[in-house]
Amino acid sequence: MSHQILQYILSGLSTGAIYSLIGIGFAIIYNSTGIINFAQGEFVMLGGIMTWFFLSVFQLPLIAAMVLAIALSTAVGVLFERLTIRPLRNASPLILVIITIGASILIRGMAMLIWGKDTHSLPMFTGSEPLTVAGATLLPQHLWIFGITLFIIAVNRFYFHHSISGKAMRACSHNRRAAGLVGIDVKRMVLFSFAISSALGSVAGIITAPLTMTSYDVGIMLGLKGFCAAIIGGMSSGIATVVGGLLLGVLESLGAGMVSSGYKDAIAFIILLLILVIRPQGLFKKAETERV
Amino acid sequence: MLRIKNINTYYGQVHALKNVSLHLNAGEIVSLIGANGAGKTTILNSLSAITPPRDGEILFEGKAITGLAPDRIVEMGISQVPEGRQVFKDFSVADNLELGAYLRFRSREKRSIIKQDMEDVFILFPQLSERRKQMAGTLSGGEQQMLAIGRALMAKPKVLLLDEPSMGLAPLVVQEIFRVITRLREEKGTSVLLVEQNAKAALKIADRGYVLETGKVLLEEKASDLLENREVQRAYLGKEKKEIWER
Ligand SMILES: Nc1ncnc2c1ncn2[C@@H]1O[C@H](COP(=O)(O)OP(=O)(O)OP(=O)(O)O)[C@@H](O)[C@H]1O
Ligand SMILES: [Mg+2]
Repeated sequence: MSHQILQYILSGLSTGAIYSLIGIGFAIIYNSTGIINFAQGEFVMLGGIMTWFFLSVFQLPLIAAMVLAIALSTAVGVLFERLTIRPLRNASPLILVIITIGASILIRGMAMLIWGKDTHSLPMFTGSEPLTVAGATLLPQHLWIFGITLFIIAVNRFYFHHSISGKAMRACSHNRRAAGLVGIDVKRMVLFSFAISSALGSVAGIITAPLTMTSYDVGIMLGLKGFCAAIIGGMSSGIATVVGGLLLGVLESLGAGMVSSGYKDAIAFIILLLILVIRPQGLFKKAETERV
Repeated sequence: MLRIKNINTYYGQVHALKNVSLHLNAGEIVSLIGANGAGKTTILNSLSAITPPRDGEILFEGKAITGLAPDRIVEMGISQVPEGRQVFKDFSVADNLELGAYLRFRSREKRSIIKQDMEDVFILFPQLSERRKQMAGTLSGGEQQMLAIGRALMAKPKVLLLDEPSMGLAPLVVQEIFRVITRLREEKGTSVLLVEQNAKAALKIADRGYVLETGKVLLEEKASDLLENREVQRAYLGKEKKEIWER
């Protein structure tokens, strides 16, 4: 039984890591623009499906397919900002949020036209021989997920807290007026935030695809889970959202394993509602201003 | 060095600046006084391109800078210390100063030079030096004002725009800040456009002054003459005395 629980926790942590990456994407855009980008999930889909496409249709090596997929997803994110958010930056947040929903439907529709409705699978990065850890089994892909997520979180942390460009991005989200007065180009920072978020989303989509498969519509559910992680983390683009994602992943996995797998997706929505009603500032937030 | 020619600035329908012209010579301290809502902040924000004027012209060192983006203005050498300080509260003192030098980092200026300038700010405001790692939001009002000035200085401005630096501060702190302003002019030749409610203190350190009323320049004179001017005494200096009594 305890092996079983460990198994649930481990696989929960791995899905949770994916949610964390997507959640950080939500948070970064929220902090720089004040809007929730509901198209975030589509970048997750684009990452996975484009990697599959380059790999199986163009026969590119896996690593080349991944790099290309990340680059193109990022380009779509940048284009999205340029075409919708920037021209409308004086519109109310509600309108912008609705536009992101529209964009997500558009991107999903295009993906369906281009790549069809089939579900596609990606090969594991390095074999599929399971490892045993204290009685629980793990796939090498799980280790890839943990490793890449950790790496991205570390880079993210370093960027936002130790590089001048990352600090400038945070400065914009804290005090736009003052950021402009020290010469930070706020518009450019918003563009950056879309680029980073779409890149993060696509990476999440790529590393999870070997385990969960991918298709044109995986972005809906993954996007909502990532949103849930960000809400638990109080829209922090740092560690709070990571913990939020892991918590969600583990709870889902325990709930699905010990109660019924039918409840898996419901758990995210229950947590989402509970947090929004009881602690809208997020689970861990002390001061209202600390966002990163 | 800096010259505003007939600018008109609007907030939607509100006509906040009406044909305002003024100038600032190199190494000069010029004070801008006027009642609440006269348009003082709007003048500074028109210069900083936060609220660009609808028409008119702004010249800096002989070149038109009208229509440039805020970051370009800073790059040209005009930095603003905004009303209410606006420090980055969740950032350390050192980070705030670093962000002040953002454009210099971007233009790949040597880090050692920027670091040295940061040390110069700490020499100017020793109080900040002890608090390098402290979050700016936890500083006292006076310290935040010093930090806001230090942050602006990190861009190495030729012109410093100061918006009510004395607001809400104890007289002793005001004195210190004004001393630093004169010192900057003497040591670095920085020109200063000083917006103040505290008209008396401002005119004392200024060379010239402008009196603003409902978006128009009413008077332009030598600061010493403005201090003697009966109208000004009644409208801006007398009121202050009363305010002091009321406290
Ligand atoms: N964002 C805004 N929207 C609309 N009107 C504004 C805005 N900001 C300022 N105004 C108006 O423009 C005029 C000038 O304002 P400004 O802030 O420049 O005055 P000020 O001289 O700096 O006053 P104070 O001494 O109170 O700081 C005022 O009538 C004000 O109501
Ligand atoms: Mg003002």
